[in-house]
Amino acid sequence: MTELKRIIKAGFINFTRGGLVSFAAVLVVTITLSVITFIILLQTVLYFSLNVIKDKVDVTIYFTVDAPESKILLFKESLLKLPEVRDVSYTSATEALSLFRARHENDYPTIAALDEIGINPLGAYLNVKAKEISQYESIASFMKSDSGLVLGTTSIIDKVNYYQNKLVIDRLNAIISGAQKLGFLITLILIIITIIITFNTIRLTIFIAKEEIGVMRLVGASKMRVRGPFMVEGVIYGIIATVITLILFWPATAWLGRNMTDFLGLNVYDYYVSNFFQIFAIILLSGILFGVISSFLAVRKYLNK
Amino acid sequence: MIYFNNVSKAYKDGLALDDITLKIVAGEFVSIIGHSGAGKTTLTRMIVADENPSQGTVFFESINVHELKSKDLTKLRRRIGVVFQDFKLLSNKTAYENIAFAMEAVGKTDEEIKSDVPHVLELVDLSSRLHHFPNQMSGGEQQRLAIARAIINQPELIIADEPTGNLDPINTHEIVQILKKINDLGTTVILATHNRGVIDSVGKRVVTMEKGKIIRDSKNGK
Repeated sequence: MTELKRIIKAGFINFTRGGLVSFAAVLVVTITLSVITFIILLQTVLYFSLNVIKDKVDVTIYFTVDAPESKILLFKESLLKLPEVRDVSYTSATEALSLFRARHENDYPTIAALDEIGINPLGAYLNVKAKEISQYESIASFMKSDSGLVLGTTSIIDKVNYYQNKLVIDRLNAIISGAQKLGFLITLILIIITIIITFNTIRLTIFIAKEEIGVMRLVGASKMRVRGPFMVEGVIYGIIATVITLILFWPATAWLGRNMTDFLGLNVYDYYVSNFFQIFAIILLSGILFGVISSFLAVRKYLNK
Repeated sequence: MIYFNNVSKAYKDGLALDDITLKIVAGEFVSIIGHSGAGKTTLTRMIVADENPSQGTVFFESINVHELKSKDLTKLRRRIGVVFQDFKLLSNKTAYENIAFAMEAVGKTDEEIKSDVPHVLELVDLSSRLHHFPNQMSGGEQQRLAIARAIINQPELIIADEPTGNLDPINTHEIVQILKKINDLGTTVILATHNRGVIDSVGKRVVTMEKGKIIRDSKNGK
């Protein structure tokens, strides 16, 4: 316990006496943590945008005019049981007609033609949303295979717009999956670069103390007694850099929230504030881990004897 | 106490030690003299395993120092005080903290540190420099501080490698007197120097080295 207390105290003293070296280390860890915070926000915007696009994709199944509602509702139930299906909404023939009329209220010839017919020419339809874009294909196959969709000898399905939109859906799926992969790759590269920069900066700060490490060992200090204060310094770098990073991102996200919400589709400031504690935890943990592991590895080199 | 058995040390550019056999008895004051590059520093560094021999063995009592594991080596080093020409003080620690660090390393309590540090600094006449950093002290003061650090844990052996190399004659005399006093109190002292005047003022056993070999071992200070 006394040893631990001495190590922590020595770490604090070394940090405060480190002057410019401590400042440089904090600065570099701050940059690393800023990159991580930026990546978190970037990923959020990317996934949000992709989800918005994904949400716009759906498949509509149009039924024939004489398709019985009970059969359609039964089919809806069986669709909902599919693991790929996120949601199915039913629009009856009457609702379809009112929606059509509302949509074309300024289109006099169309409304007049509709009135002329006298009956409802529109069938009911089901709107299906899959959990993933890639799953529409299997939902479409299920529709083909369902024997309950036959009335007499003809199918009650008039048309499914999946087949008309297949090309667009497939392309969209490829773009989304490519964007996710690219996002992951950029994240990985940025994180690796910042880790290397942080490690090298901390290694330089410890290189300056290389001779002192040797002296400490020569006066009989244990490896932990030598290494400990450097690790404590690493923790201090992490904590201070976390605080600075989170303070810096406050006005930055506020500006983005005020000026870029329309462009990004998401209010970054609201996201930052509502997820502050999760971001704080990730950044703090990353900062402390970077500081401690870098210090641990850098000191190890000079502790061989 | 210390036994060098046919110790050689080869570097890329030649032999630093060439088949050294030397015995040092507990309580002795042994001066090792030789020109720069004679092998004095390599020899003293072997005792604390700061250098490994290419051949031969070095024993501290019955311990082969180069076969010790890291933990045991740390324990051995706590029994030896080392003083260097360039002082090797911890630059970001005050005089008090430099001594306290050596005491903490051997597990002394805070109370012991509080009572012993001012006392040892008084012994080397540095009471007024308690809270000064090494770079705020003169060369002589820094060397006295290094000696204070070396003796604080009452080691069985003091190794002083060119302790007067950076000092003026007055400070040199002071350091030699301190080392003699330490030896009078029963601690074995090994003093490596190239300064014949220092050896003469000590007047004890002198081992002369040249090109990595011992060329003379004189008991009477010659």
